Amino acid sequence: MATVKFDESTRIYPGSDTPAVDKLNIDIEDGEFLVLVGPSGCGKSTSLRMLAGLEEVNQGKIWIGDRDVTDLSPKDRDVAMVFQNYALYPHMSVADNMGFALKIAGVDKGEIRKRVEEAANILDLTQYLERKPKALSGGQRQRVAMGRAIVRSPQVFLMDEPLSNLDAKLRVQTRTQIASLQRRLGVTTVYVTHDQVEAMTMGDRIALLKDGILQQCATPREMYDKPANLFVAGFIGSPAMNLVTVPVTADGAKFGNHTVSVPREGANDGGSHVVVGVRPEDVELTTNNDGLELTVDVIEELGADAYVYGTPTDQNFTLEGGDDNLAKPFIARVDGRKVPAKGEKIYVYPKGQHMHVFNKESGARL
Amino acid sequence: MALELTAARPDPALLDLPWRTPLEDWPEDILAALPRGISRHVVRFVRLSGRVLAIKEIKDDIARREYEMLRDLRRLHLPTVEPFAVVSGRVGVDGEPLDACLVTRHLQFSLPYRALYSQSLRKGTATRLIDALAVLLVRLHLTGFWWGDVSLSNTLFRRDAGSFAAYLVDAETGELRNRLSDGQREHDLDIARVNIAGELMDLEAGGLLQEERDPIEVSERIMTRYRELWAELTAEEHIVETERWRVDDRIRRLNKMGFDVDELEITTDFDGTTIRIQPKVVDSGHHSRRLLRLTGLDVRENQARRLLNDLEVFSAATGRQGEDEEIVAHDWLARVYEPVTRGVPASLLAKLEPAEVFHEVLEHRWYMAERARHDVPITDALADYVAKVLPGKPDERAVLGVDTEELPVIADRNA
Repeated sequence: MATVKFDESTRIYPGSDTPAVDKLNIDIEDGEFLVLVGPSGCGKSTSLRMLAGLEEVNQGKIWIGDRDVTDLSPKDRDVAMVFQNYALYPHMSVADNMGFALKIAGVDKGEIRKRVEEAANILDLTQYLERKPKALSGGQRQRVAMGRAIVRSPQVFLMDEPLSNLDAKLRVQTRTQIASLQRRLGVTTVYVTHDQVEAMTMGDRIALLKDGILQQCATPREMYDKPANLFVAGFIGSPAMNLVTVPVTADGAKFGNHTVSVPREGANDGGSHVVVGVRPEDVELTTNNDGLELTVDVIEELGADAYVYGTPTDQNFTLEGGDDNLAKPFIARVDGRKVPAKGEKIYVYPKGQHMHVFNKESGARL
Repeated sequence: MALELTAARPDPALLDLPWRTPLEDWPEDILAALPRGISRHVVRFVRLSGRVLAIKEIKDDIARREYEMLRDLRRLHLPTVEPFAVVSGRVGVDGEPLDACLVTRHLQFSLPYRALYSQSLRKGTATRLIDALAVLLVRLHLTGFWWGDVSLSNTLFRRDAGSFAAYLVDAETGELRNRLSDGQREHDLDIARVNIAGELMDLEAGGLLQEERDPIEVSERIMTRYRELWAELTAEEHIVETERWRVDDRIRRLNKMGFDVDELEITTDFDGTTIRIQPKVVDSGHHSRRLLRLTGLDVRENQARRLLNDLEVFSAATGRQGEDEEIVAHDWLARVYEPVTRGVPASLLAKLEPAEVFHEVLEHRWYMAERARHDVPITDALADYVAKVLPGKPDERAVLGVDTEELPVIADRNA
C-alpha cells in the first residue's frame, strides 16, 4: 500500500500544442479511493495511464510511495489495472480463474492457494472456489474478476471506466461492490469515470478535470457544497445546479424583484453582474410576485417530491450551461403535495443562504 | 424510438431480423449455429442473404466506436473482420430499450482457436497459432493500433499454406495512435501472454488440449516471437561503408519475411565510414501483392509464397526464365493452378479454400514422389488427393464454434 503523488505531471501529445494533462498536482493518501472525473477529452484517462506507465510524462514527476516511478516501465510500478479483461474460463474452477495469473508469474502453489483463499474470503466466494463459473450468478462472476486483481496484491489499483460496458442494473450493483471492497482492502485506488453520480457515490475524494486542467480536488460533500467555479458547479449534481446571471445593485443581486446579498469582492466589471447558482432543492417557491418569474413547462412527479421545470418569463434572464442554442430550464424541487400546474406563473429565489455566487467572466467562486 | 441502421451498404433483409427480442433469446431457426466461445457479451451467428453474420449485443456508443474502428483498420489494410452494420434504437416487446448490436461479416474459412484444438491436431499447431498472432500484433503496433485485449479468443485464424494467418475480431478496447510507446506495446504483450496462458489452461482443464505442452511455456512464445519480429523490422543497423551490399541484404531479409519497406532511413556518420539504416515503415503482404499483380489471385502471404515458388519451377521447367513474367504467370495459371483448383468436385468445395487445396496437392505430390521415388504429374497427385485425403477433412467454410460455454456477464435477474 502506498501514497500516490502527481507532481506537476504533464502530458503533451506529439503534434499537439496544448497539453492533454497540464501540470497536474494531486496527493493521494495511502488507502484512499480517488476518482478522476470529467467530460470526454478532459485528460482523466491520460492521467491514469501516466500513473500506470502507459503514457509518457513530458514534464513533472509521478511518485508511488517514496519511489519516483516517472520513468519506470508499467511492470516495475507494482500497480494493477483492474477489469482490463474479465472473461472467465468455463472449464477452470473459480479458484483457478482467480489464481492463474500468479501461476504465470511463477508464484509457488502454496502461496497462490493462500492468496486465493484470502481474496475469496473478502469477496464471499469461499464456498464457490471449487465450482465452475457457469454455476455462479452475474454478480458473483463479476467478483471473481475482481479477485483476479486482488490476488496480485498490488500497491495501487487502477480502474479506467470499468463499468462502462455493463448494463445499468449490473453497473449499480458493481459500483457498490467495488466501493465497499476497496474500503475493506484498504488499497489505494485511482478510478476514472465520466459519470458524476459514480464519482460522488464511490470516491473518498474527487478530482474534476476539464481540458487537461484540474478544476477542484475535494470530498464529494465539499464539491457539492462549495464548487470552486462555474464548471464544477454545473458538472456535479443531478439535476444540475441552476446558474443564472443576475444584475447587482447597491442592495445586492436582483433575483427578479427579490434581492439577495452577495459578496462583491472578485466580481468583474465593478460587480454589475454575477452568476448565482441554486441547487433545485434550495429553491424557495412563491406565488406572490416575489422572486424570478417562471412559466412552468413540465412537472416531473417523484412521489414525495416533484421537479418543476420552468422558463424565465423575462428573456433577459438566461441560464448558464444550456446545450447549444437550446434554452436550459430552471429546475426546482418542490413538495409533492404542493405542485404548481403546468403553464402557471411561479416565483423563485434562493432559500436562505443556500446559494453560490460566481464571477461571470472567470467563473471563479466569490 | 425508431430502429436505426448504420451501414456502408445496407441490406434491407437485415431489418427482418427479430430486433425486438434480446439477442440471447433469438429463435434457433434463424441462427447459423449455436454460438460458443468465451465472450463478455452475447454473440450470435445468423444466415442472411447467403452470408453468415456475427451479431454482438453491446451498448450503443461502444458499438459505433467499434464499427468505426474496424472500418479504419480495414482502410489501413490490416487483417480484421469486416464491419457490416450497427443496429440501434432497439425496443423490446415490453417497451424496454435494448442494447445496440454490432454486425460483422463472418470471415469465410476462418477458424476460432477452440475449433482448431478440438480437431486432432498436427504437431505444433499451438505454436503456429501463437506465431500468427505475433505477426498480427506486430503489424497492428506498427500502424499505431493499441489493442488492449489481445487474446486467442479475439482472433480468428485462416490456413495459410500449412501455417496460419491471424485476423483481429474484437476492437472494442482498441485505440489508434500516431505511434505507440514501448510501455504501451509491452502492456499489450503482457495482456496477450496472460490471456493466452489462461485460454490454454482452460482447454487443458476441459481436456481439450491435444498436445502435451505446458500452457505457460507456449504463452511465453508470444513474447519471444513478437520481440524477434519487432527487432528485425524496426532495429537500426550500422554498416561499414565498404559493406554497402548489406543495405540490400536487409531489404531482402524483410521481403523474405513478407514485409515491404516503404521507406529506409539511411544516414552516414560524420566521417562517412559507417552508414546507419533503419526501415521506417514496413507493411506485410510482399508476396501476396506480387502474386496479385502477376495473376490476379488474392491469397494469403504464405500461400502466395508457395504459389510463386511453383510458378518459378514452372518457368524453369518450361525454359522460360527470360520471358516476361506476367505472360509466364498467365500460362501457369491456366495450365497448372486452375486445373487443380477446378478439379475439386463441387461436393468438397466447402472443405478448404482453393489456394490451400493447391498447397496441399503440392505437398501430397511431394509425399507420393518420395514414396514412388520418381516424379509424379500434378494431375495424378490431384486425383489421389481428391480421392483419399480431401473427403476426410472437416468443412471449414463456416466454422462458427465448438463445444464451450458462453459466459456474458449480465445482471442477476433476481438481485
